[in-house]
Amino acid sequence: MTIPAQSSGATLTKDAAPGETLLKVTGLQKHFPIKKGLLQRQVGAVRAVDGIDFEVRSGETLGVVGESGCGKSTMGRLITRLLEPTAGKVEFEGKDITHLGVGGMRPLRRDVQMIFQDPYSSLNPRHTIGTIVSAPFKLQGVEPEGGVKKEVQRLLSVVGLNPEHYNRYPHEFSGGQRQRIGIARALALNPKLVVADEPVSALDVSIQAQVVNLLDDLQTELGLTYVIIAHDLSVVRHVSDRIAVMYLGKIMELADRDLLYKTPMHPYTKALMSAVPIPDPARRGAKSERILLKGDVPSPIAPPSGCRFHTRCWKATQICTTTEPPLKELRPGQQVACHHPENFEDQAPQDVVLLTAAKEAAELVSEDALAESAATSAAVAAEVEAIAEANDEMTAPSTVAAPDEATAASTDDVTATSTDEPGEEAAAPATSSTDAPATSKTDTPEAPVAPEVTDEEPPAKEK
Amino acid sequence: MLAYLIRRLFAAVVMLVVIILVVFGIFFLVPKWAGVDIATSFVGKQADPASVEAVRQKLGLGDPIFVQAWEFFKAIFAGRTYSGGGDVTECAAPCFGYSFRSEQAVWPVLTERFPVTLALALGAAVLWLIFGLAAGVLSALKRGTLWDRGAMVVALAGVSLPIYFTGLLSLAVFSHSLGWINAEFVPLDESFSGWFGGMILPWITLAFLYAAMYARITRATMMEILGEDYIRTARAKGLKEQVVIRKHAMRSTLTPLLTMLGMDLGALMGGAILTETTFSLPGLGQKVLDAIQNQDLPFILGVVLITSLAVLIANLVVDVLYAVIDPRVRLA
Amino acid sequence: MTELSKSGAAVGEPTGTSPAPKAFLEVRDLKVHFPTDDGLVKSVDGLTFQLEKGKTLGIVGESGSGKSVTSLGIMGLHTAGQYGKRKAQISGEIWLDGTELLSADPDHVRKLRGRNMAMIFQDPLSALHPYYTIGQQIVEAYRIHHDVDKKTAKRRAVEMLDRVGIPQPDKRVDSYPHEFSGGMRQRAMIAMSLVNNPELLIADEPTTALDVTVQAQILDLIRDLQKEFGSAVIIITHDLGVVAELADDLLVMYGGRCVERGPAEKVFYEPRHPYTWGLLGSMPRLDRDQQERLIPVKGSPPSLINLPSGCAFNPRCPYADVPKDDVTRTVRPELTEVGGRHWAACHMSQEQRERIWTEEIAPKL
Repeated sequence: MTIPAQSSGATLTKDAAPGETLLKVTGLQKHFPIKKGLLQRQVGAVRAVDGIDFEVRSGETLGVVGESGCGKSTMGRLITRLLEPTAGKVEFEGKDITHLGVGGMRPLRRDVQMIFQDPYSSLNPRHTIGTIVSAPFKLQGVEPEGGVKKEVQRLLSVVGLNPEHYNRYPHEFSGGQRQRIGIARALALNPKLVVADEPVSALDVSIQAQVVNLLDDLQTELGLTYVIIAHDLSVVRHVSDRIAVMYLGKIMELADRDLLYKTPMHPYTKALMSAVPIPDPARRGAKSERILLKGDVPSPIAPPSGCRFHTRCWKATQICTTTEPPLKELRPGQQVACHHPENFEDQAPQDVVLLTAAKEAAELVSEDALAESAATSAAVAAEVEAIAEANDEMTAPSTVAAPDEATAASTDDVTATSTDEPGEEAAAPATSSTDAPATSKTDTPEAPVAPEVTDEEPPAKEK
Repeated sequence: MLAYLIRRLFAAVVMLVVIILVVFGIFFLVPKWAGVDIATSFVGKQADPASVEAVRQKLGLGDPIFVQAWEFFKAIFAGRTYSGGGDVTECAAPCFGYSFRSEQAVWPVLTERFPVTLALALGAAVLWLIFGLAAGVLSALKRGTLWDRGAMVVALAGVSLPIYFTGLLSLAVFSHSLGWINAEFVPLDESFSGWFGGMILPWITLAFLYAAMYARITRATMMEILGEDYIRTARAKGLKEQVVIRKHAMRSTLTPLLTMLGMDLGALMGGAILTETTFSLPGLGQKVLDAIQNQDLPFILGVVLITSLAVLIANLVVDVLYAVIDPRVRLA
Repeated sequence: MTELSKSGAAVGEPTGTSPAPKAFLEVRDLKVHFPTDDGLVKSVDGLTFQLEKGKTLGIVGESGSGKSVTSLGIMGLHTAGQYGKRKAQISGEIWLDGTELLSADPDHVRKLRGRNMAMIFQDPLSALHPYYTIGQQIVEAYRIHHDVDKKTAKRRAVEMLDRVGIPQPDKRVDSYPHEFSGGMRQRAMIAMSLVNNPELLIADEPTTALDVTVQAQILDLIRDLQKEFGSAVIIITHDLGVVAELADDLLVMYGGRCVERGPAEKVFYEPRHPYTWGLLGSMPRLDRDQQERLIPVKGSPPSLINLPSGCAFNPRCPYADVPKDDVTRTVRPELTEVGGRHWAACHMSQEQRERIWTEEIAPKL
């Protein structure tokens, strides 16, 4: 990779053409050792990030959601290389940066910037805004055209602050303004990738919207690529083109925004979205839509075997406890790691007996939600199949599950189908999720199931 | 809890061994590197080479370092027999060797004098804890009032005034001018009241310094704790204010104080020595000063070891108390 | 307007002389001011509302709007943690079940605390004492108000833990807060506040520190418990989604005052204050199609020491110039009734607001 000799901080040209892969992550892992005793023996590890793969394309926004402890923040620190991965690979513009040292990372620091959650503790209270925003120039030894001060003032006005506040201190600003300062600092060197870790969660609602809009505008204006990590699903939906849902150090589902929110395939995604309180009193106590999850997130020190979600999933069967489902592209633009996905044909139809835990979990899921899930799964299965048959795809399953059978649980539905290829494939121990993209090509019908989304182009934001 | 105790105890033993070795290193190796001959300083500068050589052999100073270290270590737990030049000296365990000056065994002197120092230190600690905590809590509750300001001025004085000043001042006022207290030291086995009377001024003098520090820390901690969410919860339950303070706030305030106490018991030695000299108490203090002036290595070494042991035990007690107060510590 | 003149009349009169209200909880012209070095912080500056048993009131506002201080004032905890000379000043009236709390004997109010009115706090980890077991803390809460031995109280604690859905309550009762997960801690906190069957429960941001799936569990639990115990609930939050789930009535606070109050449906579907519009527009919503763009409120929340003159919201209000004669910058708008049990404090005429809402705001949400 070549570092452009940035004489001007204001240059807008990008190395990567839109749609090209800017960041590629394969098998990324971060285990924090737990040490005990006098000799500090390692007795275990917190598996914060435990083997994830994804790509970030130039110009898009990848949202990462998950509950606390799912590893999303660690992931952010890994891809910006504030932490060193335990295993796996991080490639930025095709260059392996997984184990670069501080010196090796230095040129990259100007291309990859981070915005932090807490606008109060991430700015040094003893430095003026001018010093804070100009620090990246000093660290990188860059002299912007027209001088540092002029450039900093330009950046301040870009993020909507008064350029005359150059000499003020952070405590003179409100939370929202501080977050703008943090953004100005991140933008100073005209980065290609900005990783924002909970950029708005510390802010008040009315201020949140200001910052969200600012991030939006900056992306359009400067052609930035974002990875936005947040726990708030509505914020993530608003800002992202694609979204990764993480649970216990793994990506459960990675899909284009609209696909994910309209037809979530992973039960966890579905539960997560149904849990968001809707600001509409008419839907109060709309228990028919709500999926309550049982208990708490298990410890990342000893995550459950097989699929990590099986202890709380209402669809879990035997295979879920033994075999980890690979992250497979079941539909163009939608990768899911699940044996029994929602809104899609079952991936392990031969496995029909629900676990006891799953039965208990299902009690917390309303009948309506269960029925609906069964119906959509069956319908999608039928649809996929019809398309597959029409296209003479050899890998399509050979049975037809009528949508009107859908009142039964979805797993029962698929019992009727013969165990065909997709099932066997999923059942085969797929321990490494790295080969998921490869397999996905063979078993995904190429016919456009969701014609509005194509594989090659990043979905343009509705503007 | 038991596992925590065992771990602490084990750590203390390891610490003790390390201390012994370090002390050995300092006192036997450093003079060597500095070009000072221990045998010569033992016998005296005017001694003839033959007797120096005899002493060298008797003390095993010619042996390799690790042999010396082992002998030194063994002597503390099993005693030691010094033999050389036909002259055999039995030194029973715990053997810290013989003073260069008085040629007395170090241990009996220590055991004779240490209790006085210990009594001074413990008595002062009890005093300063009581008064420091009380003053600190009151100041915190009456924040900004005359009481608070007054107490904090006194505390500032306590922290800044040197011991010999407050000591001599209290002697002059209470003993000589007012004649309330007879400041003569009387051994405990002779008369309790006499002993108590003799100790009271030293206790107060030593405690004053620390009480002042503890009052300030207690005030600050208490004020912080009173702003904690769980104190608000306790009030929201409908508890009386005094119960909130006594049961909920005090327990949390103790934790940082305990940490301080563990460290202060070590530093206390310096203060105790000054106090003992000021009040002419027959504790270790006077002897230590003499020993330092005379470079009486074995004696200094004995004092260092015995005080280390005291600090180690004190810290062990503090650790246990810590775990009793804060359940989260038991897990760590 | 009737509402306001009633409460306005109470100001200045010696407390206790105005007629006792019919509502279970009635707050009249509540003011809580904190003297500081920089000036008087008017955290709550004239708040009036009523709440019946079995009903839920949602208080919504941003940080520094005075919503938390209101709850502390009702509980009599506004001076908590303040020692020495500078204490919070409180005025107005708080009637709880026929008793006026501000003029009552403090020891009497203390006895009501925990028994008749209880509170759930935002962060259960810091709100529970780290050195006492969950059981000890619940037992304490119970025994202050009930003359029973420890064994009986502990049985009661186990029962409550079981009721709020903590598995193996007889074992968990002896755990310390740090041995619980976030959701479990909040459940324990709820068990503790409900142990005396209080008639008024105040939940101050009860789910803000929790994950969304746990939040759903806790909201569900609060709803069920309210049904079971029939208590009056005040839920304080910045999250409009949370109040929409629980609240019957809504009170929107800005700069220490109420800007809009009414039944939840009214406030959500026919809001009549520009700040409420701002809150609704700022929020990305999962239940709608992707909004093109959020409509934020410009500027930042006001300083409570130096509130803008006139309408406190005027510097941030896009419609500040709609009313004539600069009235928004000079006269503080009073709460006026804009519909059945629905009040808003705005200088714009009803017609102007209705038009702006239906034509300009609602279509963009």
